Amino acid sequence: MNTRTAALLERYAPPILGGILILLVWEFLPPLFHVSKLLLPPPSAVVRSLWLIYDRGLLVENFVVTLAEALFGSATAIFFAFIVTRSLIIERTLMPYLVGLQALPKVALAPLIVVWVGIGIESKILIAAIISFFPVLINAIVGFSTVEAEKIDLMRSLVATRWQQFRIVIFPNSLPFIFAGLNVAIVLSITGALVGEFIGADRGLGNLLLQLNFNMDISGMFAVLTVLALLGIVLYALVRFLHVRFVFWAKPDNLRSGSN
Amino acid sequence: MTAAARPLIDIRDVRKQFRSRSGTFLEALSGTSLAVYANQFLCIVGPSGCGKSTLLRMIAGLETVSGGTIAIDGVPILGPRRDIGLVFQSPVLLPWRTILKNVLVPAEVLKLDSASAQKRAQDLLKLVGLDGFADRYPDELSGGMRQRAAIARALMHDPEILLMDEPFGSLDALTREAMNLELLRIWQASTKTVVLVTHSIEEALLLSDKVAVFAPRPGFVRELIDVPIARPRTAATRSDPIFIRLAERLRSYFEAGASA
Repeated sequence: MNTRTAALLERYAPPILGGILILLVWEFLPPLFHVSKLLLPPPSAVVRSLWLIYDRGLLVENFVVTLAEALFGSATAIFFAFIVTRSLIIERTLMPYLVGLQALPKVALAPLIVVWVGIGIESKILIAAIISFFPVLINAIVGFSTVEAEKIDLMRSLVATRWQQFRIVIFPNSLPFIFAGLNVAIVLSITGALVGEFIGADRGLGNLLLQLNFNMDISGMFAVLTVLALLGIVLYALVRFLHVRFVFWAKPDNLRSGSN
Repeated sequence: MTAAARPLIDIRDVRKQFRSRSGTFLEALSGTSLAVYANQFLCIVGPSGCGKSTLLRMIAGLETVSGGTIAIDGVPILGPRRDIGLVFQSPVLLPWRTILKNVLVPAEVLKLDSASAQKRAQDLLKLVGLDGFADRYPDELSGGMRQRAAIARALMHDPEILLMDEPFGSLDALTREAMNLELLRIWQASTKTVVLVTHSIEEALLLSDKVAVFAPRPGFVRELIDVPIARPRTAATRSDPIFIRLAERLRSYFEAGASA
């Protein structure tokens, strides 16, 4: 066994073995104490329910919808931050309200948005967009306004247009901030979509979760929760991947070695 | 008089005031006049706070004058112009771009033909001794190498004038001396008009045809000294009798200035 395999084992064996142990205990211990399978379904039942959900085509659909929601929300936020930071007047006019709106729990807007936009996917996109909007917006505004003065001087000395300044210096410079916002936003956007579906939806994981709850199908609920966790992890990993890919330069050497 | 006798950079009675936070005016530069002729290498020497960097920024069009005029080739400066190359105290490289792409920034802003710009950038990297480092990122290079890249970038759009604001100020003494000789070589190969700000007397004498000695608070040109040392100059130039005599004379200005 070479050192590389040993290092991999050392790193990944404990969590994997630990997970298997927990699943085994969960599967076989409750029956010994006569715990109802209805209240605490064993992992095998959860896996069966998971397959059922996958079979109904809900997995892929919800993943795509939530991804679209988060990306759309973030893109809107970056655009808005660009507008806000372009002009001191606009920034001074809007900033107090943006900060005020940030203090408002965004999920409270969900019922209103469902009434306005309907129970289709559009309302969830809007809710997720609003929720992911603020972390990205605030971070982008900070990022756009923390450019080294000399970098701007360099662009000015070349008589660069505002768009060139933004494209060549300001936007790339703000990427570490924007990604910090995206990391938060991507997970929040799932919350947004879920809350939207709780309030009114004819499909989606949130809708399914409520239905299963009404039917006291606890193993089904566990399955949906598993999917939601996986969804969160996959989206987070995606943002993380893009983060490392595009912001390698703002990181210490350990991330650089990956791109060389 | 022939047209050749007209200075390329004509600085006449320039003043600069900054408004301090308490509302009073702070005079950074008072009644400064200076003429820089084409292909001349002029150094501005002075202690910190004598307004020498401010003057350079005004020549670059990054700062407005409070009084007097600065004209380049007979045209008063109203803002940055594209026939000027700028080198700052720090390299101001964009960390997310390779060295080659950093050098290409002016070409990108000025929308120069991409193929010939690539060729020129490669040639410039060779000129500053960075061939083989084109695809490296700035944080993989030493301080001296980064400053070389900054010089290559300043030469990218083939400007007539090169303005350098303490370009080697952040380098260690050994690297600095090597870079001085490098700069002489580069200047002789590209024949630019150079204005270089420094607080090193040796650096100024080694590099320039003329040294403008600045007095501080508010700054003005106390003395304009010719440096009649033959070119090409080398490390041995530092032990030239004229060099030593001029160095003593320059030092006496600052000692007198300090006690006054």
